[in-house]
Amino acid sequence: MADKTTIIVQSGDMDKLYSALIVSNGSLAMGMDVSLYFTFWGLLRLKKGGLEKGPLSKMHFLGLGKKMMLGRMKKNNVASLERLMSDFKELGGRIIACEMTMDIMGLKREDLIEDIIDDYGAVGTYIQEARHSAITLFI
Amino acid sequence: MAEIHVDVRGETCPVPLVEMRKAVRKAQPGDTIEIIGNNAASKKEIPMAADALSLTIISIEEHDGIWTIKIKK
Repeated sequence: MADKTTIIVQSGDMDKLYSALIVSNGSLAMGMDVSLYFTFWGLLRLKKGGLEKGPLSKMHFLGLGKKMMLGRMKKNNVASLERLMSDFKELGGRIIACEMTMDIMGLKREDLIEDIIDDYGAVGTYIQEARHSAITLFI
Repeated sequence: MAEIHVDVRGETCPVPLVEMRKAVRKAQPGDTIEIIGNNAASKKEIPMAADALSLTIISIEEHDGIWTIKIKK
């Protein structure tokens, strides 16, 4: 098994994207390679300006819950998703966007944050990434 | 041999690990990296990461909740 982490980011929820990026950045920091495969609701977070737009998976309460959670996170000095994503790219993390989801959602490459996306692909691309990964997660 | 300083006081998971990694990437073999912080989990995990990256841990100290970890690339 190669020292690699591969995560399917299927959820577009804010808290789940935190989980995905924290596990990813921890993996990169500890010397592993990382690929994140963004599909379905997760892909919406790769839309221009979409990274921080996800709802809270529980107790969102029309945005009030998310606002409270962000307040508590700020108080505890938790890094923003923008910061985590910028660290992820700086440490060499790879991002793959699901082409089928792009078709379903009517998204074109120019609708997405193209400068952080390394590849566009389908299930075969994910399998090629995952088959040699010691850690694979679906978030 | 340069000595690189990384201050992650006040930072929480996963920032101390990430900043350590960034410094290690920029360092030359033989350079020393000194990380100072106060996140309790990171005091345990930075040495774990150093081990995973085959780096040498020179020292781990703590005074009044502030720890200092020195590693060598």
